[in-house]
Amino acid sequence: MSEAAISGAGTMPGSSTLVDDWSADKQAYHVPWGKAMMWIFLVSDTFIFTCFLTGYLHVRLTTTEPWPLQSEIFALSFGGDPIPLILIAIMTFILITSSGTMALAVNFGYRRDKAKTFWFMVATAAFGASFVGMQAFEWSKLILEEGVRPWGNPFGAPQFGSIFFMITGFHGLHVTAGVIYLLTVAFKVKKGHYDKKGYEIVEIAGLYWHFVDLVWVFIFAFFYLL
Amino acid sequence: MSSEAGQQHPLGIYYKIWILLFVLSSFSYAVDYFNVQGGMRWGLVLLFMVLKAGFIVAIFMHVVWERMALVLTILGPPIVLLLLIGLMTIEGNYTSGTRYQYMGHDPNAVALTPSDLHGGEHGEEGEHAEEEAH
Repeated sequence: MSEAAISGAGTMPGSSTLVDDWSADKQAYHVPWGKAMMWIFLVSDTFIFTCFLTGYLHVRLTTTEPWPLQSEIFALSFGGDPIPLILIAIMTFILITSSGTMALAVNFGYRRDKAKTFWFMVATAAFGASFVGMQAFEWSKLILEEGVRPWGNPFGAPQFGSIFFMITGFHGLHVTAGVIYLLTVAFKVKKGHYDKKGYEIVEIAGLYWHFVDLVWVFIFAFFYLL
Repeated sequence: MSSEAGQQHPLGIYYKIWILLFVLSSFSYAVDYFNVQGGMRWGLVLLFMVLKAGFIVAIFMHVVWERMALVLTILGPPIVLLLLIGLMTIEGNYTSGTRYQYMGHDPNAVALTPSDLHGGEHGEEGEHAEEEAH
């Protein structure tokens, strides 16, 4: 059996081509390996978030309790009447702004403008950190003032809490990791760590950051608006 | 253009897409702010969502300039997820249908809002007293 495996002409049909294909030293993706790996990670992350959102879809369809009205729960008052969903809208705009600054950082990275790349990455990380700060505010408001728990809430379907904490929590974790990642790369850029290696790393970090923004686009639509 | 030299494009396109994303997000928020409901809400929210996601992936993540092998690796597998979403929608509708039919819940029940609950008291304990008041 071992002989057959080594020669690649074993009894199992197709085994020889399998060995050929995986040992032929061919390059499928004409991009730096780090970028290809980041894309494969992002595709797998897409599956994770889609599983969460599909779980939410199923729970929302099947629960017989009325689903809480997000527009009013996430309303915020600045002195006057509560403005519906305003905090989430601000968070959305902050994340889009950070995506824009990240795109500029990638561009200046390839122009080898270290100072601008550094500052645009730091700005992106700062916007990300403020996003996480607002999320912490939102969570504490829901937990402490409204009494929302993963197993129940005073408004309606008890699943609302578990879905909210799981999806926004996992997204917030991604934003937090992104802030750390961006700051690490930014300071390495400043030190000239990539002068010889090239600035693909800024684009790779950018891919991750845009993905975090992309996931928020779907969360904003499905969890907060619909 | 080529991937070997890295993704280098004029700055103008980033500014344009950036502004476009702001406009689309404002439209999404406007749907909620002006309390559009029903099929119109679903249609508009999903339209703006798909456009925003499309521009982020195509321009900011440079997919529109990548080679076909990488593009298919990125966009191919998630198509399977549409099947999962479709199946779960069918299954979910069936489950909720049987629950309403056999478990006697009210399909037209309306959720409570924070303003319903905060008459002065806070937290879970105030729940029942507030419910009776309405």
